[in-house]
Amino acid sequence: MSLLSKTAAELADLLAAGETTSVALTQAYLDRIAEVDTHLHAFLHVDAEGALAQAAASDARRAAGELLSPLDGVPIAVKDVLATSGLPTTCGSKILEGWIPPYDATVVARLKAAGLPILGKTNMDEFAMGSSTEHSAYGPTRNPWDTDRIPGGSGGGSAAAIAASEAPLAIGTDTGGSIRQPGAVTGTVGVKPTYGGISRYGLVAMANSLDQAGPVTRSVLDAALLHEVIGGHDPKDSTSIDQPLPALVAAARQGASGDLTGVRIGVISELRGEGYQPGVEQRFDEAVALLTQAGAEVVEVSCPSFTHALAAYYLIMPSEASSNLARFDAMRYGLRVLPDGVADPSAEEVMRATRDAGFGDEVKRRIILGTYALSSGYYDAYYGQAQKVRTLISRDFEAAFAKADVLVSPTAPTTAFKIGEKLDDPLAMYLNDVATIPANLAGVPGISVPAGLAPEDGLPVGFQVLAPALADDRLYRVGAALEALLEKQWGGSLLSQVPEVTA
Amino acid sequence: MTETLLSFEDALAQFDPAMGLEVHVELNTNTKMFCGCPTEFGAEPNTQVCPTCLGLPGSMPVVNRTAVESAIRIGLALNCQIAEWCRFARKNYFYPDMPKNFQTSQYDEPIAFDGWTEVEVDGETFRIEIERAHMEEDTGKSTHVGTTGRIHGADYSLVDYNRAGIPLIEIVTKPITGTREQAPAVARAYVAALRDILLGLGVSDVRMEQGSLRCDVNLSLAPAGSGTLGTRTETKNVNSLRSVERAARYEISRQAALLAAGSTVTQETRHWHEDTGVTTSGREKSDAEDYRYFPEPDLVPVAPSREWVEELRAALPEPPREKRARLQAEWGYSDLEMRDVVAAGAIPQIEETIAAGTTAQAARKWWMSELARRANEQGVELAELPVTPAQVAAIQALVDAGEINDKLARQVFDGVLAGEGSPEEVVKARGLAVVSDEGALSEAVDRAIAANPDVAEKIRDGKVAAAGALIGAVMKDMRGQADAGRVRELILEKLA
Repeated sequence: MSLLSKTAAELADLLAAGETTSVALTQAYLDRIAEVDTHLHAFLHVDAEGALAQAAASDARRAAGELLSPLDGVPIAVKDVLATSGLPTTCGSKILEGWIPPYDATVVARLKAAGLPILGKTNMDEFAMGSSTEHSAYGPTRNPWDTDRIPGGSGGGSAAAIAASEAPLAIGTDTGGSIRQPGAVTGTVGVKPTYGGISRYGLVAMANSLDQAGPVTRSVLDAALLHEVIGGHDPKDSTSIDQPLPALVAAARQGASGDLTGVRIGVISELRGEGYQPGVEQRFDEAVALLTQAGAEVVEVSCPSFTHALAAYYLIMPSEASSNLARFDAMRYGLRVLPDGVADPSAEEVMRATRDAGFGDEVKRRIILGTYALSSGYYDAYYGQAQKVRTLISRDFEAAFAKADVLVSPTAPTTAFKIGEKLDDPLAMYLNDVATIPANLAGVPGISVPAGLAPEDGLPVGFQVLAPALADDRLYRVGAALEALLEKQWGGSLLSQVPEVTA
Repeated sequence: MTETLLSFEDALAQFDPAMGLEVHVELNTNTKMFCGCPTEFGAEPNTQVCPTCLGLPGSMPVVNRTAVESAIRIGLALNCQIAEWCRFARKNYFYPDMPKNFQTSQYDEPIAFDGWTEVEVDGETFRIEIERAHMEEDTGKSTHVGTTGRIHGADYSLVDYNRAGIPLIEIVTKPITGTREQAPAVARAYVAALRDILLGLGVSDVRMEQGSLRCDVNLSLAPAGSGTLGTRTETKNVNSLRSVERAARYEISRQAALLAAGSTVTQETRHWHEDTGVTTSGREKSDAEDYRYFPEPDLVPVAPSREWVEELRAALPEPPREKRARLQAEWGYSDLEMRDVVAAGAIPQIEETIAAGTTAQAARKWWMSELARRANEQGVELAELPVTPAQVAAIQALVDAGEINDKLARQVFDGVLAGEGSPEEVVKARGLAVVSDEGALSEAVDRAIAANPDVAEKIRDGKVAAAGALIGAVMKDMRGQADAGRVRELILEKLA
């Protein structure tokens, strides 16, 4: 267990010191997965053979002195929404059951090029639609802090895998909060980089203008290390930014000193109050106080358009999703269902039967919403208006960033809720993302850092830091500072308090 | 079901036709619109595909810069404005040959808009206003296998995605009105003019029979002189110049019959049948298909710099119409001669033959008579004959040098076309050079005079025109291998 409680940076140090090998490390995580994943269901697919082969190759490179990156040999888990050549990629949907992509997502290709063995693919809400991972067609993932509770979503699998030490690193994707909100409710670190900072090539799109892959880790430094591996321009993604990443690892190391003198921090007044759990607000306020003590200048900022963010998001996201998901038609790959009692069915009948059987309710709900919002006669009132709100939100960010270097808020309004609690109430489910969505709409980067446990339920609370586009380094500086100050109080990482996983 | 038709003349007496022409041009870029797959025509099905053009989950498009350049050049050649900033949009609809079930196209922000071009029909010039030219990707190709060859009644259908993602430019005219009885001819002339412009730009193979240029004919009728627009039909699958004209003509007669009988025209898609020369109803469009267009979020806007646009404008080739006028003046052809040359598609051949040193009249003579006849006999285009303009020029040079005459030249063409080698080689191998041996020629003339005493007598009496008969006899005797001019001189000398 001592190996498994270490951060990726610490594991990299152990590998460098020759105190362990990538094969030993990878085997330890595979054993851990075998031990606890029957209870947690964080993984949809484990590739023991492939991971061990990649680990052995890493060990050989180390012996030859030909390391590919600082994380060479440290294993990783990948959310099942990224295409992995030779490994199943289902997006948590029945419609892609058994599909094995013939190509790697750029993020995956970069992980391989950096020498990280891929342990397997993590569970998620179907096509990343949800905030609890309950919408996975393959069953929910459970929160290691309390297995009756949700691990957040859509990337609950990646977050739970980190929290339960099933992997030292993981990749998530964040369209409205799917990295940060699971991070918050599982006590892990999650980063949504600047839109365009990480290639989306091979990321099965929910909403192309919002989606962004990013790190899910135990520590802020780990996230920076991983971010530098996967980030940067990719000619296969036209929306990827053609300029170098800022120095993220350096920023994390600088922040870890705990000194934030001269940093201006804006507390967003719209992202608190009604709907926010008292324990969440308490931990948030304490964290802000800590940052003030560390030398930061804290100001209150108002972003009035944020109150419309959720509504705009639930028009733009389903609109794009309805179009993205049209390709699942049983013609070329994935599920094919023949309609009952129809002799010699037409292509349209097979499409209909397949989409009916292959998509879950939440996916169908969003396809219907999006199809409606884009329909002629409604486009201006819905999609058009939502785009205007999006512009207003960007302007609010611009104004706020004129007053502050970073903005902060609780990551999620509540701690992890019980499995099944909000399943029949989509609106309540959607509200989980109220604080994370504005960053996606504006394309700015955000991080969720553990802020402690809520006094009333003993469950993790997340602290969100947002920075201007391309200034991802600020997330790491402020996030690492907060992490260092809090861990000093706790006498270790929050994850060291995760209870042993049982059924 | 046979449609009732009104005669074209009766239709025009009562109604004014209005047309809108939508032409899809496949660009001849090496790679597809949004991925690096090759675009070669005729490859084994589904061998020129990748995750992007197959629409695999997670794949993303990247715009082909050459396709954008071609689109801008087409826009400029059609006198269009070029957008400073435009986006791609998704056109959403389900069809098995569409890998993503949306087509990446352009909607309200085309790359080129507000242009015009001119066409000429029977000496009258018509200005065609261009609404827009936009970029999009082609779909895959469905083949319905079964007795009908159509989707209904097919045993099964095959889809070839090689075509999916090939760059297309869709060029849409504004309503073309006021063309009256010339409407079908104007439609044809416009598509022909467009083909010439595209050929001149070198951006497309423009082979209608291979589908690299496809035309949809929108047509409506309004009461003559009313100045209004009626309900239109959109006739698809019109894939030859002749068909464009015939389809327009057919729709005028068909719609006129409906309207004249007090019925109405249904707004619908119709299919043109090349074999029977009729259009039949496709799907109705009355409930206006909703394509749910929205800007493609996977692509950044296309914003061609003004410098680039001006560079492309400066490098445009001479427009075909202007080039034609210039060449006609340079070559000294009559209007009629030039029209025939244009109709035969012989301009490039004649131009190159002249460039190789032949006079304009001689170049026209060979291409428009001797070679046009042979092309016609073989059912091929002039360009497809296995003879080059340089060879034609070489043959004329042999004539000019007196080594062969026109009659022998025809035999040289036979040899060249039969692949016997260069004109010089054919002359040598077939022994076609004119006989310049004065002695042999003189003997042949003597024989002809002896054999035709009456004719010789007439010439002696000053009827020089009768010499033709003797020249014919000599040429026959010499099996054509004599210089007719020299033969004439010898005859007149001997009978002086």
